[in-house]
Amino acid sequence: MERIQIIAIVGSLLFLGFIGRLIIKGKLREEYAIVWIICTAILILFSFWRHGLDLVAYHLGVYSPPNTVFMGAIIAVLVYLLHLSIVVSKLQAQNKTMAQEMALLKNKLEQKQA
Amino acid sequence: MLNSFSRIAVIIPAFNEEQAIADVVHQIQQVAIREHLQLTVVVVNDCSRDNTASIIDALPCVSLHLPVNLGIGGAVQTGFRYAFRKGYDYAVQVDGDGQHPAEAIPALLKAIEQQEADVLIGSRFIAKTGFQSSFMRRVGIRFFSHLNYLLTGIRVADSTSGFRMLNRKALAVVDDYYPDEYPEPEAIILYAFNNLKVAEHPVEMLERQGGVSSINSLNSFYYMFKVSIAILFTYIRIRRKK
Repeated sequence: MERIQIIAIVGSLLFLGFIGRLIIKGKLREEYAIVWIICTAILILFSFWRHGLDLVAYHLGVYSPPNTVFMGAIIAVLVYLLHLSIVVSKLQAQNKTMAQEMALLKNKLEQKQA
Repeated sequence: MLNSFSRIAVIIPAFNEEQAIADVVHQIQQVAIREHLQLTVVVVNDCSRDNTASIIDALPCVSLHLPVNLGIGGAVQTGFRYAFRKGYDYAVQVDGDGQHPAEAIPALLKAIEQQEADVLIGSRFIAKTGFQSSFMRRVGIRFFSHLNYLLTGIRVADSTSGFRMLNRKALAVVDDYYPDEYPEPEAIILYAFNNLKVAEHPVEMLERQGGVSSINSLNSFYYMFKVSIAILFTYIRIRRKK
Protein backbone atom coordinates (compact mmCIF):
# COMPACT_ATOMS: atom_id res chain seq x y z
CA MET A 1 0.00 0.00 0.00
CA GLU A 2 1.35 3.39 -0.97
CA ARG A 3 1.62 6.46 1.21
CA ILE A 4 -1.08 8.41 -0.59
CA GLN A 5 -3.52 5.55 -0.10
CA ILE A 6 -2.95 5.54 3.64
CA ILE A 7 -3.34 9.32 3.82
CA ALA A 8 -6.59 9.15 1.83
CA ILE A 9 -8.02 6.33 3.94
CA VAL A 10 -7.11 7.96 7.26
CA GLY A 11 -8.45 11.34 6.07
CA SER A 12 -11.71 9.81 4.89
CA LEU A 13 -12.20 7.89 8.12
CA LEU A 14 -11.54 11.02 10.19
CA PHE A 15 -14.08 12.90 8.07
CA LEU A 16 -16.61 10.09 8.53
CA GLY A 17 -16.05 10.22 12.28
CA PHE A 18 -16.55 13.99 12.29
CA ILE A 19 -19.87 13.63 10.42
CA GLY A 20 -20.96 10.96 12.90
CA ARG A 21 -20.17 13.29 15.79
CA LEU A 22 -22.19 16.10 14.21
CA ILE A 23 -25.20 13.81 13.79
CA ILE A 24 -24.96 12.55 17.36
CA LYS A 25 -24.78 16.11 18.68
CA GLY A 26 -27.83 17.01 16.58
CA LYS A 27 -25.94 19.63 14.59
CA LEU A 28 -26.41 17.89 11.25
CA ARG A 29 -29.61 16.35 10.00
CA GLU A 30 -29.30 12.80 8.71
CA GLU A 31 -30.76 13.63 5.30
CA TYR A 32 -27.92 16.08 4.60
CA ALA A 33 -25.35 13.67 6.02
CA ILE A 34 -26.28 10.94 3.51
CA VAL A 35 -24.52 12.74 0.66
CA TRP A 36 -21.34 13.16 2.68
CA ILE A 37 -21.33 9.56 3.85
CA ILE A 38 -21.77 8.27 0.30
CA CYS A 39 -19.01 10.54 -1.03
CA THR A 40 -16.64 9.43 1.72
CA ALA A 41 -17.49 5.77 1.08
CA ILE A 42 -16.61 6.20 -2.61
CA LEU A 43 -13.32 7.85 -1.64
CA ILE A 44 -12.44 4.99 0.70
CA LEU A 45 -13.38 2.43 -1.95
CA PHE A 46 -11.00 3.94 -4.51
CA SER A 47 -8.28 4.42 -1.88
CA PHE A 48 -8.16 0.66 -1.41
CA TRP A 49 -8.84 -0.27 -4.99
CA ARG A 50 -6.45 1.89 -6.99
CA HIS A 51 -6.84 -0.14 -10.13
CA GLY A 52 -10.56 0.67 -10.07
CA LEU A 53 -9.79 4.30 -10.76
CA ASP A 54 -7.84 3.40 -13.91
CA LEU A 55 -10.69 1.16 -14.97
CA VAL A 56 -13.35 3.83 -14.53
CA ALA A 57 -11.18 6.42 -16.27
CA TYR A 58 -10.56 4.05 -19.17
CA HIS A 59 -14.26 3.33 -19.65
CA LEU A 60 -15.16 7.00 -19.44
CA GLY A 61 -12.47 7.82 -21.95
CA VAL A 62 -10.58 10.08 -19.55
CA TYR A 63 -6.91 10.31 -20.51
CA SER A 64 -5.46 10.70 -17.05
CA PRO A 65 -7.13 8.75 -14.18
CA PRO A 66 -6.63 11.48 -11.50
CA ASN A 67 -8.77 13.80 -13.64
CA THR A 68 -11.68 11.42 -13.07
CA VAL A 69 -11.34 12.13 -9.35
CA PHE A 70 -11.45 15.90 -9.94
CA MET A 71 -14.34 15.64 -12.36
CA GLY A 72 -16.33 13.47 -9.97
CA ALA A 73 -15.57 15.75 -7.03
CA ILE A 74 -16.56 18.93 -8.90
CA ILE A 75 -19.83 17.41 -10.14
CA ALA A 76 -20.66 16.22 -6.62
CA VAL A 77 -19.93 19.66 -5.15
CA LEU A 78 -22.06 21.40 -7.82
CA VAL A 79 -25.00 19.06 -7.27
CA TYR A 80 -24.75 19.50 -3.53
CA LEU A 81 -24.59 23.30 -3.83
CA LEU A 82 -27.72 23.27 -5.95
CA HIS A 83 -29.38 21.07 -3.37
CA LEU A 84 -28.45 23.57 -0.66
CA SER A 85 -29.85 26.47 -2.73
CA ILE A 86 -33.14 24.59 -2.99
CA VAL A 87 -33.17 23.99 0.76
CA VAL A 88 -32.46 27.69 1.44
CA SER A 89 -35.21 28.80 -0.96
CA LYS A 90 -37.69 26.54 0.76
CA LEU A 91 -36.61 27.77 4.18
CA GLN A 92 -36.97 31.37 3.04
CA ALA A 93 -40.54 30.77 1.85
CA GLN A 94 -41.44 29.03 5.12
CA ASN A 95 -39.75 31.75 7.15
CA LYS A 96 -41.72 34.43 5.30
CA THR A 97 -45.06 32.76 5.99
CA MET A 98 -44.13 32.28 9.62
CA ALA A 99 -43.11 35.92 10.09
CA GLN A 100 -46.36 37.07 8.50
CA GLU A 101 -48.46 34.81 10.70
CA MET A 102 -46.58 36.07 13.74
CA ALA A 103 -47.30 39.71 12.86
CA LEU A 104 -50.99 38.93 12.34
CA LEU A 105 -51.21 36.91 15.57
CA LYS A 106 -49.45 39.63 17.57
CA ASN A 107 -52.05 42.08 16.32
CA LYS A 108 -54.90 39.73 17.25
CA LEU A 109 -53.46 39.24 20.73
CA GLU A 110 -53.11 42.97 21.33
CA GLN A 111 -56.71 43.50 20.25
CA LYS A 112 -57.89 40.87 22.70
CA GLN A 113 -55.95 42.45 25.55
CA ALA A 114 -57.18 45.95 24.79
CA MET B 1 -71.36 59.31 -5.55
CA LEU B 2 -69.11 56.75 -3.94
CA ASN B 3 -70.35 53.49 -2.59
CA SER B 4 -69.57 54.31 1.01
CA PHE B 5 -70.50 50.82 2.16
CA SER B 6 -67.28 49.40 0.77
CA ARG B 7 -64.76 48.65 3.49
CA ILE B 8 -61.27 49.65 2.46
CA ALA B 9 -57.95 48.68 3.98
CA VAL B 10 -55.06 51.01 3.21
CA ILE B 11 -51.88 48.96 3.38
CA ILE B 12 -48.69 50.90 4.10
CA PRO B 13 -45.46 48.89 4.09
CA ALA B 14 -42.97 50.79 6.26
CA PHE B 15 -39.25 50.19 6.61
CA ASN B 16 -37.40 52.96 8.46
CA GLU B 17 -40.04 55.57 7.64
CA GLU B 18 -40.07 57.49 10.94
CA GLN B 19 -39.93 60.87 9.15
CA ALA B 20 -42.90 60.53 6.85
CA ILE B 21 -45.17 57.82 8.23
CA ALA B 22 -47.17 59.96 10.68
CA ASP B 23 -48.08 62.52 7.99
CA VAL B 24 -49.02 59.78 5.54
CA VAL B 25 -51.41 58.16 8.04
CA HIS B 26 -52.94 61.46 9.14
CA GLN B 27 -53.54 62.58 5.56
CA ILE B 28 -55.31 59.34 4.75
CA GLN B 29 -57.50 59.64 7.86
CA GLN B 30 -58.41 63.23 6.90
CA VAL B 31 -59.46 62.12 3.43
CA ALA B 32 -61.47 59.29 4.95
CA ILE B 33 -63.40 61.64 7.24
CA ARG B 34 -64.01 64.19 4.50
CA GLU B 35 -65.23 61.61 2.00
CA HIS B 36 -67.08 59.45 4.56
CA LEU B 37 -65.07 56.36 3.65
CA GLN B 38 -65.13 53.21 5.75
CA LEU B 39 -61.40 52.97 5.80
CA THR B 40 -58.80 51.30 8.00
CA VAL B 41 -55.13 52.15 7.75
CA VAL B 42 -52.88 49.11 8.17
CA VAL B 43 -49.20 49.87 8.62
CA VAL B 44 -46.86 46.91 8.20
CA ASN B 45 -43.62 47.59 10.03
CA ASP B 46 -41.01 45.54 8.18
CA CYS B 47 -38.72 45.20 11.20
CA SER B 48 -37.56 48.84 11.05
CA ARG B 49 -34.39 49.76 12.89
CA ASP B 50 -35.54 53.32 13.68
CA ASN B 51 -38.52 54.56 15.68
CA THR B 52 -41.16 53.51 13.15
CA ALA B 53 -42.54 50.84 15.50
CA SER B 54 -43.32 53.15 18.41
CA ILE B 55 -44.58 55.91 16.09
CA ILE B 56 -47.15 53.73 14.34
CA ASP B 57 -48.35 52.22 17.62
CA ALA B 58 -49.47 55.72 18.64
CA LEU B 59 -51.17 56.47 15.29
CA PRO B 60 -54.83 55.85 14.41
CA CYS B 61 -54.07 52.68 12.49
CA VAL B 62 -53.70 48.92 12.75
CA SER B 63 -50.03 48.12 13.20
CA LEU B 64 -48.54 44.82 12.12
CA HIS B 65 -44.99 44.21 13.28
CA LEU B 66 -42.92 41.70 11.33
CA PRO B 67 -40.36 39.95 13.56
CA VAL B 68 -37.82 39.77 10.71
CA ASN B 69 -37.23 41.96 7.67
CA LEU B 70 -39.07 40.44 4.70
CA GLY B 71 -38.62 43.20 2.10
CA ILE B 72 -41.37 45.05 0.31
CA GLY B 73 -43.11 42.02 -1.22
CA GLY B 74 -43.45 40.10 2.02
CA ALA B 75 -44.50 43.22 3.94
CA VAL B 76 -47.22 44.19 1.47
CA GLN B 77 -48.50 40.62 1.37
CA THR B 78 -48.86 40.67 5.17
CA GLY B 79 -51.21 43.64 4.79
CA PHE B 80 -53.11 41.98 1.94
CA ARG B 81 -53.53 38.84 4.04
CA TYR B 82 -54.88 40.94 6.90
CA ALA B 83 -57.36 42.66 4.58
CA PHE B 84 -58.42 39.38 2.99
CA ARG B 85 -59.01 37.58 6.29
CA LYS B 86 -60.81 40.52 7.87
CA GLY B 87 -63.21 40.60 4.93
CA TYR B 88 -62.36 43.99 3.45
CA ASP B 89 -63.87 44.75 0.05
CA TYR B 90 -60.81 46.60 -1.20
CA ALA B 91 -57.17 46.98 -0.24
CA VAL B 92 -55.07 49.83 -1.52
CA GLN B 93 -51.31 49.85 -1.22
CA VAL B 94 -49.76 53.21 -0.35
CA ASP B 95 -46.04 53.83 0.10
CA GLY B 96 -44.88 54.96 3.53
CA ASP B 97 -42.71 57.77 2.18
CA GLY B 98 -45.46 60.12 1.03
CA GLN B 99 -45.07 59.59 -2.73
CA HIS B 100 -48.65 58.50 -3.14
CA PRO B 101 -51.19 61.25 -2.46
CA ALA B 102 -53.99 60.27 -0.07
CA GLU B 103 -56.24 62.62 -2.03
CA ALA B 104 -56.26 60.13 -4.91
CA ILE B 105 -57.76 57.25 -2.91
CA PRO B 106 -61.44 58.25 -3.43
CA ALA B 107 -60.77 58.63 -7.16
CA LEU B 108 -59.18 55.17 -7.30
CA LEU B 109 -62.17 53.67 -5.49
CA LYS B 110 -64.56 55.37 -7.87
CA ALA B 111 -62.59 54.21 -10.89
CA ILE B 112 -62.28 50.58 -9.78
CA GLU B 113 -66.03 50.39 -9.16
CA GLN B 114 -66.99 52.13 -12.39
CA GLN B 115 -64.58 50.17 -14.57
CA GLU B 116 -65.37 46.93 -12.70
CA ALA B 117 -61.65 46.23 -12.55
CA ASP B 118 -60.08 43.76 -10.14
CA VAL B 119 -56.80 45.63 -9.90
CA LEU B 120 -56.40 49.34 -10.44
CA ILE B 121 -52.92 50.80 -10.78
CA GLY B 122 -52.33 54.47 -10.02
CA SER B 123 -50.17 55.68 -12.88
CA ARG B 124 -47.94 58.74 -13.09
CA PHE B 125 -47.58 58.47 -16.86
CA ILE B 126 -51.10 58.65 -18.25
CA ALA B 127 -51.57 62.35 -17.60
CA LYS B 128 -47.82 63.06 -17.46
CA THR B 129 -48.17 65.47 -14.58
CA GLY B 130 -46.58 65.43 -11.16
CA PHE B 131 -43.31 63.74 -10.20
CA GLN B 132 -42.11 61.71 -13.19
CA SER B 133 -39.17 59.84 -11.61
CA SER B 134 -35.57 59.70 -12.83
CA PHE B 135 -34.51 58.92 -16.40
CA MET B 136 -33.01 55.51 -15.62
CA ARG B 137 -36.03 54.54 -13.60
CA ARG B 138 -38.29 55.51 -16.50
CA VAL B 139 -36.22 53.36 -18.87
CA GLY B 140 -36.71 50.42 -16.53
CA ILE B 141 -40.42 51.05 -16.14
CA ARG B 142 -40.84 51.19 -19.93
CA PHE B 143 -38.85 47.97 -20.35
CA PHE B 144 -41.11 46.08 -17.91
CA SER B 145 -44.13 47.64 -19.52
CA HIS B 146 -43.10 46.18 -22.92
CA LEU B 147 -42.13 42.82 -21.42
CA ASN B 148 -45.50 42.54 -19.70
CA TYR B 149 -47.31 43.53 -22.86
CA LEU B 150 -45.43 40.88 -24.82
CA LEU B 151 -46.35 38.14 -22.37
CA THR B 152 -49.87 39.09 -21.33
CA GLY B 153 -51.20 41.52 -23.91
CA ILE B 154 -51.93 43.96 -21.12
CA ARG B 155 -50.34 47.37 -21.39
CA VAL B 156 -49.53 48.97 -18.04
CA ALA B 157 -47.62 52.23 -18.48
CA ASP B 158 -46.47 52.60 -14.87
CA SER B 159 -45.49 48.98 -14.26
CA THR B 160 -43.48 49.67 -11.11
CA SER B 161 -46.08 51.83 -9.41
CA GLY B 162 -46.90 50.55 -5.94
CA PHE B 163 -50.05 52.65 -5.70
CA ARG B 164 -52.61 49.92 -6.37
CA MET B 165 -56.12 49.02 -5.38
CA LEU B 166 -57.26 45.39 -5.29
CA ASN B 167 -60.75 43.97 -4.85
CA ARG B 168 -61.52 40.75 -2.97
CA LYS B 169 -61.05 38.58 -6.03
CA ALA B 170 -57.53 39.95 -6.44
CA LEU B 171 -56.87 39.71 -2.69
CA ALA B 172 -57.63 35.99 -2.83
CA VAL B 173 -54.88 35.64 -5.46
CA VAL B 174 -52.22 37.59 -3.54
CA ASP B 175 -53.15 35.86 -0.29
CA ASP B 176 -52.01 32.66 -1.97
CA TYR B 177 -48.85 33.97 -3.62
CA TYR B 178 -47.11 37.33 -3.90
CA PRO B 179 -43.62 37.92 -5.28
CA ASP B 180 -40.66 38.96 -3.10
CA GLU B 181 -38.21 41.85 -3.24
CA TYR B 182 -39.38 43.99 -6.21
CA PRO B 183 -42.89 42.66 -6.66
CA GLU B 184 -44.73 45.26 -8.72
CA PRO B 185 -43.95 44.34 -12.36
CA GLU B 186 -44.11 40.62 -11.59
CA ALA B 187 -47.46 40.96 -9.85
CA ILE B 188 -49.02 42.27 -13.08
CA ILE B 189 -48.26 38.93 -14.77
CA LEU B 190 -49.79 37.17 -11.78
CA TYR B 191 -52.99 39.20 -12.08
CA ALA B 192 -53.22 38.78 -15.83
CA PHE B 193 -52.93 35.01 -15.74
CA ASN B 194 -55.44 34.68 -12.93
CA ASN B 195 -57.94 36.35 -15.25
CA LEU B 196 -58.13 39.52 -13.20
CA LYS B 197 -59.03 42.71 -14.97
CA VAL B 198 -56.15 45.16 -14.63
CA ALA B 199 -56.77 48.85 -15.28
CA GLU B 200 -54.80 52.06 -14.84
CA HIS B 201 -55.83 55.41 -13.49
CA PRO B 202 -53.86 58.68 -13.73
CA VAL B 203 -52.43 59.92 -10.42
CA GLU B 204 -50.17 62.86 -9.73
CA MET B 205 -47.31 61.44 -7.69
CA LEU B 206 -45.17 63.44 -5.32
CA GLU B 207 -41.48 63.22 -4.65
CA ARG B 208 -40.69 61.09 -1.62
CA GLN B 209 -41.03 63.05 1.62
CA GLY B 210 -38.45 61.06 3.54
CA GLY B 211 -36.67 57.73 3.64
CA VAL B 212 -34.57 56.08 0.93
CA SER B 213 -35.76 54.29 -2.21
CA SER B 214 -35.26 50.56 -2.22
CA ILE B 215 -33.81 50.97 -5.71
CA ASN B 216 -30.55 52.91 -6.16
CA SER B 217 -28.28 53.16 -9.18
CA LEU B 218 -25.96 50.47 -7.85
CA ASN B 219 -28.52 47.72 -7.66
CA SER B 220 -30.70 48.88 -10.54
CA PHE B 221 -28.97 46.45 -12.88
CA TYR B 222 -29.60 43.62 -10.46
CA TYR B 223 -33.19 44.84 -10.19
CA MET B 224 -33.76 44.73 -13.96
CA PHE B 225 -32.16 41.30 -14.25
CA LYS B 226 -33.90 39.76 -11.27
CA VAL B 227 -37.33 41.08 -12.16
CA SER B 228 -37.00 40.04 -15.82
CA ILE B 229 -36.11 36.50 -14.80
CA ALA B 230 -38.89 36.45 -12.21
CA ILE B 231 -41.41 37.68 -14.78
CA LEU B 232 -40.38 35.04 -17.31
CA PHE B 233 -40.53 32.21 -14.81
CA THR B 234 -43.82 33.35 -13.34
CA TYR B 235 -45.13 33.36 -16.90
CA ILE B 236 -43.87 29.81 -17.57
CA ARG B 237 -45.07 28.50 -14.20
CA ILE B 238 -48.59 29.86 -14.55
CA ARG B 239 -48.90 28.75 -18.18
CA ARG B 240 -47.92 25.21 -17.26
CA LYS B 241 -50.55 25.08 -14.54
CA LYS B 242 -53.28 25.73 -17.07
